[in-house]
Amino acid sequence: MENSPNSPKPLSDTHFVASIEETPLQATDSVAEDSRPSNLYIDAWRDARQRPLFWISGVFILLVIVVAVFPGLFTQIDPRSCSLEFSNQGPSAGHILGYTKQGCDVFSRIIFGTSTSLTVGILSTVIVTVIGVIFGALGGYFGRWVDAILSRIGDIFFAIPYFLAAVVIMSVFVDYRNVLVISLAIGFFAWPGTARILRGQVLSVKNSDYVTSAVALGVSQLRILWRHVLPNSIAPVIVITTIGLAGAIVAEATLSFLGVGLPPSVMSWGNDISAAQRDLRNNPMTLVWPSIALTSTVLAFVIMGEVIRDALDPKARARR
Amino acid sequence: MLWYILRRVLQVIPVFLGATLLIYFMVFALPGDPIAALGGDRGLNPAVADAIRARYHLDQPFFIQYLYYLQGIFTGDLGTTFSGQKVSDILGRTLPVTFRLAVMAIIIEAIVGILIGLVAGLRKNGVFDTVSLLLSLVLISMPIFVLAFLAQFVFGIKLGWARTTVSGDAPLNELILPAFVLAFFVVANVIRLTRTSVIENLDADFVRTATAKGLSRPRIIRVHVLRNSLIPVVTLIGTDFGLLIVGATVTEGIFNVPGVGNTLFKAIILSEAPTVVSFVTVFVIVYLLSNLLVDVLYAFLDPRIRYGK
Amino acid sequence: MSQPTPTTSPTDKRRIGAPLLEIRDLQVSFATQAGMVPAVNGVSLTLLQGETLAIVGESGSGKTTTALSVIKLLPGAAEITGGSILFDGVDLTKLSEKELESVRGKQIGFVPQDPMSNLNPVWRIGFQVEETLVANGKAQRGRDAREKAIAVLESAGLGDAAQRMRQYPHQFSGGMRQRVLIGIGLSSTPKLLIADEPTSALDVTVQRVILDHLAKLTAESGTSVLFITHDLGLAAERAQKLVVMYKGRVVEAGPSVELLQNPQHPYTKRLVAAAPSLASHRLQGSASSIAARDQRDAESADVDLARTAEERAAHAASALAAPPAVQVENLTKVFRISSGKLRSEPFTAVDSVSFSIAKGTTTALVGESGSGKSTVARLVLKLDEPTSGRIVVDGRDLSTTRGKDLLALRRRMQPVFQDPFGSLDPLYNIGATIAEPLVAHRVGNAREQQARVLELLDQVSLPKKLVDRYPNELSGGQRQRVAIARALALKPDIVVLDEAVSALDVLVQAQILALLGELQSELDLTYLFITHDLAVVRLIADNVCVMRKGRIVEAASTSEVFDNPKEQYTQELLAAIPGAGITLGA
Repeated sequence: MENSPNSPKPLSDTHFVASIEETPLQATDSVAEDSRPSNLYIDAWRDARQRPLFWISGVFILLVIVVAVFPGLFTQIDPRSCSLEFSNQGPSAGHILGYTKQGCDVFSRIIFGTSTSLTVGILSTVIVTVIGVIFGALGGYFGRWVDAILSRIGDIFFAIPYFLAAVVIMSVFVDYRNVLVISLAIGFFAWPGTARILRGQVLSVKNSDYVTSAVALGVSQLRILWRHVLPNSIAPVIVITTIGLAGAIVAEATLSFLGVGLPPSVMSWGNDISAAQRDLRNNPMTLVWPSIALTSTVLAFVIMGEVIRDALDPKARARR
Repeated sequence: MLWYILRRVLQVIPVFLGATLLIYFMVFALPGDPIAALGGDRGLNPAVADAIRARYHLDQPFFIQYLYYLQGIFTGDLGTTFSGQKVSDILGRTLPVTFRLAVMAIIIEAIVGILIGLVAGLRKNGVFDTVSLLLSLVLISMPIFVLAFLAQFVFGIKLGWARTTVSGDAPLNELILPAFVLAFFVVANVIRLTRTSVIENLDADFVRTATAKGLSRPRIIRVHVLRNSLIPVVTLIGTDFGLLIVGATVTEGIFNVPGVGNTLFKAIILSEAPTVVSFVTVFVIVYLLSNLLVDVLYAFLDPRIRYGK
Repeated sequence: MSQPTPTTSPTDKRRIGAPLLEIRDLQVSFATQAGMVPAVNGVSLTLLQGETLAIVGESGSGKTTTALSVIKLLPGAAEITGGSILFDGVDLTKLSEKELESVRGKQIGFVPQDPMSNLNPVWRIGFQVEETLVANGKAQRGRDAREKAIAVLESAGLGDAAQRMRQYPHQFSGGMRQRVLIGIGLSSTPKLLIADEPTSALDVTVQRVILDHLAKLTAESGTSVLFITHDLGLAAERAQKLVVMYKGRVVEAGPSVELLQNPQHPYTKRLVAAAPSLASHRLQGSASSIAARDQRDAESADVDLARTAEERAAHAASALAAPPAVQVENLTKVFRISSGKLRSEPFTAVDSVSFSIAKGTTTALVGESGSGKSTVARLVLKLDEPTSGRIVVDGRDLSTTRGKDLLALRRRMQPVFQDPFGSLDPLYNIGATIAEPLVAHRVGNAREQQARVLELLDQVSLPKKLVDRYPNELSGGQRQRVAIARALALKPDIVVLDEAVSALDVLVQAQILALLGELQSELDLTYLFITHDLAVVRLIADNVCVMRKGRIVEAASTSEVFDNPKEQYTQELLAAIPGAGITLGA
């Protein structure tokens, strides 16, 4: 490149000083005093509440809960008053989704089946979270032999896919098939995932300088675990718990579908789908409606889990 | 590398023993009578029940029972079904079918999942990304039997493209539909994880450096983004193998595929607890072996493991 | 700048003094939720053929953004919104992505900041060098590329390059990786090399060797260098020209020595006054002319490190005769590290270390990474148990102190750690953070604790409003102030500062150092100051222990160590302080 005569003189040849008016000095390390308090959870809430998906899935979950607790608000029809004269009839006035092969009202059965799915989902998730958090937190925080023992136990439970374990338990407990037993059967083998995630998280938080500082300050071990380590490592557990609740609902339906879940006398979406499958060719809709109820409920929890995951991960938020 | 594999193998042994002990304990030591369950609603002839008790050494102390059970596993004697067939014979017949189905499903899962995840990650927040996100969320939410019935209804009954049930020798072309059902049951997680890793790796320092080196965009994507993203994805496909086993049980049952899952499915429906336990044990062994395989594959993909520090 | 510049080939005759890179009125903005935020605001600079130009600035000054704009390596949210970047007469801002590919690597090389994350962990080193050569048309795939890659690594100073080609990045040390990255950056003999803080992640002695080597390579090939750094001393030592950036603008530019000796803009004056390497150098030479000039500029430079240090030393001198607050005798710590197989091997991190600190004084432990200095800090804080040896604090043996007595001892000895982003619990607000020691030791009731928190905030010059804020709203320097306030909450006698100022920008670092000095004389504190930065030591410490591989190689008063170092290692460390060779005010 040739220097044209009227090109400006290169800056670097001279000692250039910017005018102070254009580049005023600011105080070093000044404090932004007008900001609002913000930490991981405050920011996550601010982020989540701006997302339509959060509200859509949240409202739907709320609706499912209301249906489960007060099914009578949504239908006056008794789901057990079935009459074969209506067998496989299509939708009609007052019976918007038609009848099953046994002549039961499909809509009413779906409404009254909600509480089964939700109860099993919540119960087994509570079991998973309690065992998982205890194992993960203690193993990760205390390390050494505590961790060795707890991790090996976790490995053993992890080696049996939780659904298969539930199948075995339910096959044995023929006479005890109720909501509590099925929740235990699902929850009792599903916790190692939660424990592993929390353990990894605790391990990294444990080595952070604020924990070391707390030790040097003389704060007690249990207080450090409870006040510093757990709050800072629990975020992924919240996510996996939400999605796990969805998984537990699916597991209950699948067990019932296989015939090792709840007895046919208990109204559940899985039982309805199982009963409808024999008539797939003639009346597919009796299978479709409870499937839609099941899938959309699960979807609501899965979406809620995804929204929480994004909101709790500052890196994911930045990537959006 | 050799040390790493050896260590993994050594770690599997106690886990295997613990897992089988746990299953055995659940079935034979917990309240609830697996033998009584055998007869289903009809009840069982007391003489037959006693004979079965003796065969399972139920008259012996619990730990001795377990040792007999272990001995059975190691000598290939996995017991007999209620109808008198040897479990090992059934396995010899059904395992190859299930293996074929599972391999087909994993191949479909890997190709579909990685491709969609890659494109979604590269065009983050675009139309494709949004659609794939919604689709995978719906897939995650769909129980396997709903998915299977949907496929059976649409492709089998409405469109008539495939048979709704698979014939006796389970030829490959008839397995395509069940394999797709099984693959789509687990593919959503692969899509999501591939997308996340691709986005993360696109932001990685070494990708920026690769750009600064003057490499072309396609090469950077292939060699530096995709290759690195595969490491977590392979691990996921391995850990999702447990899900695949569950899926196989239901899918084989619905499509009547003559595999291990179907046999388990039928044993569950007939309430044959001892047979259920035998097959669940087989699945646990397969699951442990597959996890071992994934660990080895992981070391192969990630030199930091292979040439440990 | 006057060294002869050999040309790489007869046809490519490069004229010294002709402009190679001309940035004119560059504007770069980042898209945020609050709209476009300018990061670079009207930057202009000119880099001549064969010249090295350094852009100096603190984090957030826009120096890296400016440099990355040249080859469009900006992160996704950033966009060049105005100005031009002429390189060899071509405006790079107007090139398509495809055209840029042929400029990157081939004509403009790049050496990144962090050697640990800039090599792909799953590919062999050789592969990563070869693909660069092939992509830039410098070699044929296969044997040719391999041979040329070996040559590249050898010229980058890697011994047994042929062997090392087959290894993976994690098998290399940081310094070795940076050599590889420099090799890659220069592999296609580019006309311009952009070096973005190429050695700030490395130990000073390694930094020196690598920068010397880089200077030699670029001088041989006549490559121009655009050097980005936060260290004014390093910039002046390595570049002929300096461009000082502040808040996205160029505030001052010119020949290096001229700029340092005669800074005009108040910001540059501040930087010169706060840079530890330059300040310690001034102390060393005690150049009266500089001191006189500083006197004139006192109102513009808010912190002058040299003066702060002199005041502090005067106070501490009287305390040196006091009884020891901390006494360390034959301290040894052996770790067992697993060698990947079934065995584990012993590793001696601290090897019979002895020193003592007189009450009210500061002793610095200086060493490079792996010297064991931080392990000593952990042992003194009783976060780890020593293998042998003893630590006596105020006459009490630490290893035999348990229960209530240990708690009482912990009260008297408090830590401040390095990482300002890790030392505060992100879920604790500032008030709760500072009050935590009070709560843990049950000192006072809630109201008294609150009052003490406010008092402490005032002591470390933070506004009281911060009480209900969370750490992620604060800058690094402010977080360190909070950490200091927390350490002081129980009115301790001894504070262990583990790299407490290392992660901070120079101006902030100077403020914190000044604060530490004030607090020491005000509260009669005893400091154990752990650092890798010898320049800072000169300003804060009364005594220095130089550590290497777990042992103390030299221990003496600060002035002795600096003026009359006995050990060769100490001399090397001193020589490696950036800017050590520059004479100011001559």
